[in-house]
Amino acid sequence: MSRPEKFIIDGKRLDGRTPDQLRPIKIEVDYLKRADGSCYLEMGKNRVVAAVYGPREVHPRHLQDPTKAIIRYRYNMAPFSVEERKRPGPDRRSIEISKVSKEAFEAVIMKELFPRSAIDIFVEVLQADAGSRTACINAASVALVDAGIPMKGILTSVAVAKVDGVLVLDPMKEEDNYGEADIPFAFLIRGGKIESIALLQMDGKMTKEEIKEAINLAKKGAMEIYQMQREAIMKKFIEEGENE
Amino acid sequence: MRKIVLPGDLISTNPKVAGYGTYIEGDKVYAKILGLFDEAENSAKVIPLKGKYIPSIGDTVIGIVREVTANGWNLDINSPYQAFLPLTENPETKPGKKPNDILDLGDAVIAKVINIDPRMRVTVTMKDKICRAIRFGRIVAINPARIPRVIGKKGSMIKLLKSELDVQIVAGQNGLIWLNGDRRKISIAEEAIYLIEEEAHTEGLTDRVAEFLRRRKECLAQKNS
Repeated sequence: MSRPEKFIIDGKRLDGRTPDQLRPIKIEVDYLKRADGSCYLEMGKNRVVAAVYGPREVHPRHLQDPTKAIIRYRYNMAPFSVEERKRPGPDRRSIEISKVSKEAFEAVIMKELFPRSAIDIFVEVLQADAGSRTACINAASVALVDAGIPMKGILTSVAVAKVDGVLVLDPMKEEDNYGEADIPFAFLIRGGKIESIALLQMDGKMTKEEIKEAINLAKKGAMEIYQMQREAIMKKFIEEGENE
Repeated sequence: MRKIVLPGDLISTNPKVAGYGTYIEGDKVYAKILGLFDEAENSAKVIPLKGKYIPSIGDTVIGIVREVTANGWNLDINSPYQAFLPLTENPETKPGKKPNDILDLGDAVIAKVINIDPRMRVTVTMKDKICRAIRFGRIVAINPARIPRVIGKKGSMIKLLKSELDVQIVAGQNGLIWLNGDRRKISIAEEAIYLIEEEAHTEGLTDRVAEFLRRRKECLAQKNS
């Protein structure tokens, strides 16, 4: 892959999207049989699987907290998920993503209800194409809901990038690699409204005005994703409830 | 058909009605778990569809001995928390009798939750007429969120199973159910329980279960004759 000459031609991006358009999303709930909650999600060319276990006993014992549940989040990329084989196992990047994503979820999961227990979240990236951490957060929130874990709301994540001086929603590989800036967001959605920002990272430079605009763009995208997350869960459980 | 709600869905603007599966923030009541929204005159609660068993005082549970200690037994109660059954809470305890002669590793018991401390250490007792050590019969495991349907409104469903099949049934709140009686009838009861689990949130379930039991009993009678 080399740097494209121009990112936006006639108001259209490299893959034919408009700047405020998301990539196609597919969500499948209860994808894994043995997990307490699980989800398979495709966001453009990203393919991720999330599994949630818990609340369950903490092993090793010394990690347990007598006042609340501990949350463990593992983001992992399969060796075949990228063009050049990735060395298996955690690296600097995946440890960082796991940490920030875990902190985002700690704000929404009601940990105090389950002292001395652990809630484990595993997300595996099977195929990566820019914004895999946002896809993972979206998949993990659906899996948490599926596991019946009490939460204040639902987390929805989307990124905004800047290419050729234009803000674009949900960047793909080229825009992410050669763009001027990239901001992944995660929002807490409650009562059908965006309540707060649970995660925000930034790579590159943006002006204050651009950031404000980026937040608005991301909020719009997040609401669309939220509707899809909701529909996927509803579909699964309504089918279950109506198989008469 | 009751509506399905997701965590964070606004349920009510009156904090007084907040019931199970909800939380209050500001003056608003939100759902905190995935479930069915149950609204009544002065209560709004969410009936869970999934989730682990979390003990609460007064629950009947079925536990399996995981550890024998000098002063009691640790039981696995199909939950994130183990339960402790003190020697003094087992009526079979007699001076001179060792704990592992009364209950050994792997033994199953029916017990009642009597205490839970703030750190979620659970204590159970066997001093109740329903409680006993399980030495025969069958234990069936289902999703703990579906146990209320197996029991039914005021025990209607479980009564139906018991009277139609003439078997003993004890449903633990933790998702384990003990069945005892004629082996073929137990098998029918087990199938009926899976049917209830599968279709827990559909209307007219009791009628369909009655129909199912009638059909299976006919089959059984034919085989016998």
